[in-house]
Amino acid sequence: MKPAPFAYLRPSTLEEALAALAGEQGAKVLAGGQSLVPLLSMRLAAPSMLVDINALPGLGDVTCDASGVRVGALARHAEVLASVAAAEVQPLLAMALSHVAHPTIRNRGTTVGSLVHADAAAEMPMVLQLLGGSVDVASVRGRRTIPAAELFAGPLESTLAHDEIAVEASFPALPAGAGVAFQEIARRHGDYALVGVAALVETDGDDVTRVRLGFVSVSDVPVVVDVTDAVRDPAGDPAARALAELEPADDIHATAAYRAHLVKVLVPKVLAAATDHARQGKDA
Amino acid sequence: MSTAVPEEIHDVRLHVNGAVHEVAVPARRLLSDALRHDCGLTGTHVGCEHGVCGACTVLVDGTPVRSCLMFAVSAVDAEITTVEGLTEADGSLSPVQQGFSDCHGLQCGFCTPGFLTTITAGLRDNPDPSEDEAREMIAGNLCRCTGYQNIVKSVLRASEIQREIERERGGTA
Repeated sequence: MKPAPFAYLRPSTLEEALAALAGEQGAKVLAGGQSLVPLLSMRLAAPSMLVDINALPGLGDVTCDASGVRVGALARHAEVLASVAAAEVQPLLAMALSHVAHPTIRNRGTTVGSLVHADAAAEMPMVLQLLGGSVDVASVRGRRTIPAAELFAGPLESTLAHDEIAVEASFPALPAGAGVAFQEIARRHGDYALVGVAALVETDGDDVTRVRLGFVSVSDVPVVVDVTDAVRDPAGDPAARALAELEPADDIHATAAYRAHLVKVLVPKVLAAATDHARQGKDA
Repeated sequence: MSTAVPEEIHDVRLHVNGAVHEVAVPARRLLSDALRHDCGLTGTHVGCEHGVCGACTVLVDGTPVRSCLMFAVSAVDAEITTVEGLTEADGSLSPVQQGFSDCHGLQCGFCTPGFLTTITAGLRDNPDPSEDEAREMIAGNLCRCTGYQNIVKSVLRASEIQREIERERGGTA
């Protein structure tokens, strides 16, 4: 349970960090380390170098405006969760973050790190995907913005190049008339979810105009399913519609059939909660 | 064994419980191991070593963090508090330690350092927790002896002791 040896660099400027990554094919970025360090200790990963970005300036901010919430690479989950402004602009952030591991892990783990770790069993990649957010990445070659739809390549695999650092994530604001909700079922509070479901319900007056669901732990990558038709059709079954796109799998925590069952249980609940949330927003 | 390349050793200055420890460690030295082996502070216990059990929890700049999920080289700029640093300046038990003593909040004691650090920070943020809040406060720490009942009582007792101390201070001021 000890990591293999690696070279270590703690740069004080982003340029220095990017140059180090560009010069070392086997280098990895260390931010909060709450997913990376266990992988190293269990020797599931053995990078030749760690570039510790914790001393880089200006990456710890959580900035909110009418368009959304921008989260810097060093903002800890706990800081994003504690931001009242962020919860107002996009309530789904706080709803999902309170389910991310335990407070002690959230004190150190970063939201951006969780996104690029690209775990389909984690809450925040799904949230970014559902909201249609994006991640800004930097390298010696310059900067680019990766939309959530293009960020997740496979299990624990993002589309960042080895020399890129994710410097900021953008979560769009909740549109007027829209509501969100999130629920998950885990064996123990703070564990990875057996299944988690988030809903984004958009309304125009009393009409539901668009409904999307985001899923945790029922596929290899974060999946979002548009269930608008199934919700608007009185005979429709949104959970069945969603299951057609999902690939729940057996593992030691749950069978695929049980996960599918949990999808059927959770989908109506989050749809009802998100619809209520949309109506509350309208009344307020 | 393949060709053995000597591992680079980093000189790290750790600030632990108000004292400075100069240690020479490889980059892969976990903070938990550095505290125990290099600083000689064996109060921090190592359980699962992948962030699940909470036994190694220390305060980093006052915030509970798993010391097994941090490298000592990353802790250079931080003020670290281990269970050894919770005791009052005169050597008496802190309110949280006293609460555990009063309520039998431990049996074997292996998990206790992580609980004490976590609860110390928890009561700073929420000095008067309900029973549910006390449970939530300790939800990230595992104990295999007590069944948690007495630990929850210890949290509530510690908060009581803190209030008593504050009242006394207020009364004499």
